[in-house]
Amino acid sequence: MNELARRDLLRAFLGAPALWAASCAGRKGQRNVSQMDGGLVLRRERLGHRMRDVSSLPKPSTWSECQVAVVGGGVAGLSAMRELERLGIGNTLLLELDEHVGGTSQGGALPASVHPWGAHYVTVPLAANQPLIALLGEVGAVEEILPSGDPVMAEQHLVADPSERVFYRGRWYEGLFPVAGASADERAQKERFESEIDRWVEFRDAEGKPAFALPMSLGSRDPRVQALDTLSMSQWMLANGYTSPRLRWWVEYACRDDYGTTLADTSAWSVFFYFASRKRAAGASYQEVVTWPEGNSHLVDHLRRGVATRTGHAVVSVETGPDGVSIVALDASGTGEPKVVGVRARYVVMATPQFINARVVRGLSEERLDAARSFEQSPWMVANMQVRERPGGAGFPLCWDNVLFDSPSLGYVVATHQKGPHRGPTVLTYYYPLVDSDARVARKRLLELGWEEWAEVALSDLERAHPGLRNYVERIDVARWGHGMVRSTPGRIWDGRRELAARPHGRVHFAHSDLSGVALFEEAFDRGNRAAAEVARRIATEANDP
Amino acid sequence: MAYRRTPLFYLNVLVVGTCGLIYELLAGTLASYVLGDSVTQFSLIIGLYLSAMGVGAWLSGYLSKNLVRRFLDIELGVGLVGGLSAPLLFMSFAYLGWFKVVLYGVVFLIGVLVGLELPLLMRILREELDFKNLVSRVLTFDYLGALLASLLFPIFLVPTLGLMRTSLLFGMLNAGVALWGSFIFSDLITGGIVFLRSRAIVVLVILTAGMINAKSLTSFAEEGMFDDAIVYAKTSRYQRIVVTRSGMGFKLFLNGNLQFSSSDEYRYHEALVHPAMSTAANPKRILVLGGGDGLAVREILRYPSVEEVLLVDLDPEMTKLGKSLPSLVALNKSSLRDARTKVVNADAMTWLASYEGPLFDVAIVDFPDPNNFSLGKLYTRRLYRLLASRLEPEAPIAVQSTSPLYARISYWCIVETIKASGFQVSPYQATVPSFGVWGYVLARRGPDPIGPPEKLPEGLRYLNTDSLGAMFKFPVDMGPVPTEINRLNDQRLVRYYEEEWRRWQ
Ligand SMILES: Cc1cc2nc3c(=O)[nH]c(=O)nc-3n(C[C@H](O)[C@H](O)[C@H](O)COP(=O)(O)OP(=O)(O)OC[C@H]3O[C@@H](n4cnc5c(N)ncnc54)[C@H](O)[C@@H]3O)c2cc1C
Repeated sequence: MNELARRDLLRAFLGAPALWAASCAGRKGQRNVSQMDGGLVLRRERLGHRMRDVSSLPKPSTWSECQVAVVGGGVAGLSAMRELERLGIGNTLLLELDEHVGGTSQGGALPASVHPWGAHYVTVPLAANQPLIALLGEVGAVEEILPSGDPVMAEQHLVADPSERVFYRGRWYEGLFPVAGASADERAQKERFESEIDRWVEFRDAEGKPAFALPMSLGSRDPRVQALDTLSMSQWMLANGYTSPRLRWWVEYACRDDYGTTLADTSAWSVFFYFASRKRAAGASYQEVVTWPEGNSHLVDHLRRGVATRTGHAVVSVETGPDGVSIVALDASGTGEPKVVGVRARYVVMATPQFINARVVRGLSEERLDAARSFEQSPWMVANMQVRERPGGAGFPLCWDNVLFDSPSLGYVVATHQKGPHRGPTVLTYYYPLVDSDARVARKRLLELGWEEWAEVALSDLERAHPGLRNYVERIDVARWGHGMVRSTPGRIWDGRRELAARPHGRVHFAHSDLSGVALFEEAFDRGNRAAAEVARRIATEANDP
Repeated sequence: MAYRRTPLFYLNVLVVGTCGLIYELLAGTLASYVLGDSVTQFSLIIGLYLSAMGVGAWLSGYLSKNLVRRFLDIELGVGLVGGLSAPLLFMSFAYLGWFKVVLYGVVFLIGVLVGLELPLLMRILREELDFKNLVSRVLTFDYLGALLASLLFPIFLVPTLGLMRTSLLFGMLNAGVALWGSFIFSDLITGGIVFLRSRAIVVLVILTAGMINAKSLTSFAEEGMFDDAIVYAKTSRYQRIVVTRSGMGFKLFLNGNLQFSSSDEYRYHEALVHPAMSTAANPKRILVLGGGDGLAVREILRYPSVEEVLLVDLDPEMTKLGKSLPSLVALNKSSLRDARTKVVNADAMTWLASYEGPLFDVAIVDFPDPNNFSLGKLYTRRLYRLLASRLEPEAPIAVQSTSPLYARISYWCIVETIKASGFQVSPYQATVPSFGVWGYVLARRGPDPIGPPEKLPEGLRYLNTDSLGAMFKFPVDMGPVPTEINRLNDQRLVRYYEEEWRRWQ
């Protein structure tokens, strides 16, 4: 990459401050990305393209049968498989497009450490979420369950202290809210905002349900709560006099982090959901966070045990009939040309994103198709870099989550932060959501850049805080998630289309996390469990009443 | 002409005399700091130096032409070697095997060069003075220089400049005088003088650069930070290790924090080790976490029942020092070289999590104070629980726990954390002059806490059973306070500690 191309790249993807810092730092004696090891990973453009052209596919050469087929081996699909087994439903089959299960919760491995490629943490569940507490118990993260139902977590599975820091004007500060130099008014606004959150934490509707809960299905449907969904967060903040730039940055950081969108494109409901669902009570601190070096793929590894899976299978057609469902898939698992294969199942759980369902599920009404197509997804770039030594920096020491104020990225997490010694090689996972209002534009920008350009963006961004970082990088891999996370735009939650898309269609049930409008492990897990339970119930009714 | 010049000759003699002795003192001081045993070291250095001077004097007989030029060259040589002697020795600290080679090599070389100087000077001056005067004046100024050096060295140079800067400064003095000489004696020098002068300038530049960069070599900042002279300094992968020496003995610092002083470490280590060791009935397998200096192991090895001591210390440089720095080996009685001792260099937490060998009868936990998050981690409930799982059911442990006086909340936080990890705790404290009042926790799982032991090994210098009981009682200002417990995900201790110690700084 020549210097001019690099400057254009940095201007477009990091903005003026980073460009300025990058040109100040100069590149003399610095390593060029092209001299580094690494590449693009998790590439699945190939199959994706073939899926578009279903009409020209030949008829399946082989057919197999099962009782329940689950399509999509992300957390939702894996959870559905686990729940079916727990409910005594045998003869199940999971079909997954990728070579590996896990979806957006996959992990990877570099010599220095395993690391996440997508989801990397789960909030410690409150007492109401017993299924998740049980799951975390299975992986040894829960030591004890108190009489209140609250879990006592094993400390080595929690995010270690110090957990987060922010790089603000040349220095690292503890926490994410940049308190340095905040005016009295800005601090007062932050406090007012926190008490607004607490107000929602305390809220109970006529049925005694909280406004926001994890999973969201346990929360309230009260119109006062739903009304928040008609506004974007930036409208809400403006309407309520929240003008502090720091506060807006802090709230927008949460939006970008959880939904891949800006304040203007995030539903106010989703923001209050984000904050309020993580508090036990008003005034309590936010629930702690469970994590592992490999992120949530730790849970994926647990969920997938004993699950009958066919990977490399892209499902291209799902047709429900009176006695069962016919599935057609492209099998690319072997070497050579993909084969067309068929599966007949009594029931199907679609644990795939709605934009996929709109393409593959046959016989959906216009209204349902419109609902399925209304789901938008934020693209994400994730880079994993193995470094020889850990970055430090002036001010507060290295944390789990290290965030740069004023950067379009979300900063990086340190894979080994829970383990000692706190020296030597580790893996940094860098997250960059593409938040352009038009998701298609964002996706185009994501795919426009190849490995070298994204690596350059990631390194130049972090070098504002860690000059010379690239000289410590031993390898840098890049994943481009074209459809990373469902966008929680205004109306997404309560305009009716989400709930319509979630309704069963004949013998086909739906479980992907996007049906919650918020991309979270808790939601994928809950959707998978509930779809499995519904299917099990139908199988049981059929057996009693043939 | 001759008369105006003679005093300058004497000045030269004075400088030669002063510098020579300064280098000798520097070498002797450094040698006794690092290798211990100052009597042997000083007499060795003096002997070597004098004999090297003899060699130099003898060699001077082979020089016949162009004496002034030779003399100035030699003076430059003395300036270079002498000036760089202390930095060179400092740098070789880190490689103990090389230290002696560099030390004796440098001393010998300086001796030879200085030994060459006087005879040459006398021969040059012979042209200008009669022999009787010559000998008496030259020797007078030489001895005067020695007096000056011996007074300046301890009173002014070491306290204000430190060893490094003294060395470099006198090197510059040597070289400066040589350069000056090239102007004053230009008529006596045959052949090109420009080259000689440029050599002098090169030497001056090297030494000046040394002065400027000395900070990064072992750093004046550091020399200023410690009260005593630094005799060993190395930045390992994990920490800065510094050993200093004074009349009172020597001290070890990690990242600038005092770990022990040889004058009173016996109090610290006896108090750390014996309450736990004497409680165990017949301790065979002992685990030591931290304590790479080997001093706790020394105390453990007093018990004849001990068959194996496993020492887990993060830093291989630290345990290497404990095995090879002569003064430390003398102090720890070669405990790390003992056949019963096994050293593992690993992070204690990681090691504990993966250890699968036989259980231990006693554990001694001796980590540096929790002044950052990576150390604080070693005081968490997680660590104590892991430790518990590697111990025999009722095995006693002792944990160094910072000062209950200076950091009262921190101390009780450690006590509470150990308690919350399933142990019965018996907090106790001792007085260690270098540290002040120091705190420990004696603990074990099982029905009851441990009381003060009733028997102690023979030959202790600090502990006896009469006074032991009092150590388990806490005066009002050090008594228990309510605290949170220290967990990996909430390192309260590091925050308490920082807060508390800040008040004393
Ligand atoms: C960068 C990033 C970071 C994230 N961080 C977090 C986090 O820290 N915490 C958190 O809780 N959540 C996080 N998330 C959200 C994450 O998406 C969810 O936690 C969860 O993994 C969603 O699971 P899912 O099963 O609903 O969907 P997906 O992960 O999207 O799974 C869908 C699966 O279906 C497969 N599939 C698609 N089409 C077909 C087809 N035609 N045939 C067969 N299979 C198909 C896909 O390959 C995929 O495996 C993050 C997401 C991203 C992108």
